[in-house]
Amino acid sequence: MKLQSIDFRSSHFWLDTLSKIWAWLFLLGMVTFFSVVGEGFLTPFNLQAILANMAILMIIAIGQTYVIISGGIDLSVGWVMGMAAVIAATVMNRLPESSPLWLVVISGLFAGLLAAWVAGLVNGILIARLNVPPFIATLGMFGIARGIGFLLSGGMPVPIYVRGLGFLGNGFLLYHHPTAGWSFLSPPPGLAQAELRNLTGYFPFVVLVMLALLLIAHLILSRTKFGLHVYAIGGNKEAAMRAGIPVARRLVAIYMLSATFAAIAGIVYNVRFTNGAANAGEAMLLDTVAAVVIGGASLFGGAGTVIGTLIGALIISVLANGLVILRVNPFWQFIAVGIVIIIAVLIDQAREKFAQE
Amino acid sequence: MRAEPVLRAVNLTKRFGGLVAVNNVSLDIYPGEVVALAGDNGAGKSTLIKMISGVYRPDVGHIYLEGKEITMASPLEARSLGIETIYQDLALCENLDATVNIFLGREPTKRFFGLFKQVDRNLMLAESNKVLERLDIHIPNLRRPIRQMSGGQRQAVAIARAVYWNARLVIMDEPTAALGVPEQRKVHELIHTLKRQNVPVIIISHNLQDIFAVADRIVVMRRGHKVGDVPASEVTDDDLVAMMVGST
Repeated sequence: MKLQSIDFRSSHFWLDTLSKIWAWLFLLGMVTFFSVVGEGFLTPFNLQAILANMAILMIIAIGQTYVIISGGIDLSVGWVMGMAAVIAATVMNRLPESSPLWLVVISGLFAGLLAAWVAGLVNGILIARLNVPPFIATLGMFGIARGIGFLLSGGMPVPIYVRGLGFLGNGFLLYHHPTAGWSFLSPPPGLAQAELRNLTGYFPFVVLVMLALLLIAHLILSRTKFGLHVYAIGGNKEAAMRAGIPVARRLVAIYMLSATFAAIAGIVYNVRFTNGAANAGEAMLLDTVAAVVIGGASLFGGAGTVIGTLIGALIISVLANGLVILRVNPFWQFIAVGIVIIIAVLIDQAREKFAQE
Repeated sequence: MRAEPVLRAVNLTKRFGGLVAVNNVSLDIYPGEVVALAGDNGAGKSTLIKMISGVYRPDVGHIYLEGKEITMASPLEARSLGIETIYQDLALCENLDATVNIFLGREPTKRFFGLFKQVDRNLMLAESNKVLERLDIHIPNLRRPIRQMSGGQRQAVAIARAVYWNARLVIMDEPTAALGVPEQRKVHELIHTLKRQNVPVIIISHNLQDIFAVADRIVVMRRGHKVGDVPASEVTDDDLVAMMVGST
């Protein structure tokens, strides 16, 4: 028996391909443009600054990617990040001054994670067990985490008095100086204060952390059963349930994962800016959703990738950086990102329409 | 003598409050047999099927699968026993491809560089090809999302999923309701293929054409009772309608 199929090879094939690679092309075009026009754009210093500046956004957006593929949305990520940052900062300050740096960071991370897990667990249970729509459940958590963050910090940023923390957040794996040569983890010893200006760092720590998280999250999503179930739940929750996938348990895990990435982003904020602020992640919500959507995810669920989100975050970050280098009023960045989001959704819809026909 | 029945349902009764949805119905299904369940809306077809597929527990009566009595707490348990139900909406994830859908919830895994267990997509593809070949179904490019497939292809994937997991009994709920005429014919062919593989099929249908095209035997329900159990070759459309509405 022969089941005939419709030949999609013509217009649909090209639209499908375009929808998959347009973000890459857009990013490439933008980088080329800024490299040619913007002085100082294409330098190791600036390119690494772009990556370091997007680390917090990218880390949260990883969690948001999982949530959106599963057919939900997590509105609470920005304030959960802020709450975790405040709690971590407070814990770091309470430790004895003689504590080694790694212990300080781990303690802060753990405290921040604990708070975030409670938030993620509540989100997950509300959504998976009590059938509260994700938009509402996480909107509630948005307010709760915001209030807790401000209450604990008294509405002010909490400065962290830990020696060496800022170095960790802004340091590099490798340093190079034209005369003193290369060194590992810290600048070559014996350099005069004035000479530090000629120092170049390579591989910022926060970028390495971001890349490691990205790789792990990508492998989980694209290769494991859990990852496949995230797509299945986003595609057809009822079918996933009938197929025996523990949908409720998976959803709780997905929202806890999102909170986990938010908390890690909070700690990255701590070490980068040596303080914790309740509103540290205020701008993150829409930027993460933008990165995920530009990266090819569907807000209806069932589609998206971590790598796509990386491209989305890169587009946002390169745009912000390039406009500053061109001395364009930075407020134009909002307009540019807005336009890119609309293009992304239009391309996605056009592809869907062709696929249905 | 006929072979041992694959499924025996004995004196099944199900009440909802004061309503007796299924009243003392017995049903035997033999290997390789296609049994159509006919009846008007509210006759109790769905309730009967839901007891056999583990959705409802019968208030009275027993179900035997290959001679052994079974009780099922959930449809999942029924599936693990080999009773596969294909619902009208097929329960496929349209964003995923045919191979993933066939294995959904029971994905095979292998080690990824010894680090973690990853879904074995190559094995899924190879096994999917095997089961589709067994059913004589040809779908070009199994890695396309289901969304891009025709109604008949989707139905075929749903049937392949049931068969792959060694279904001992396949229940199909209105399999042709949403299909055009050529696709309906393909579903009929698929049911005949299942029959050749000795897998019995219970089909619920409103469509008399469907019933006469595939069924060996027709069981007619009316108001919760079984009012007819006849070989398909011995009745006409009119007989069937008469039994369904009870106007003989």
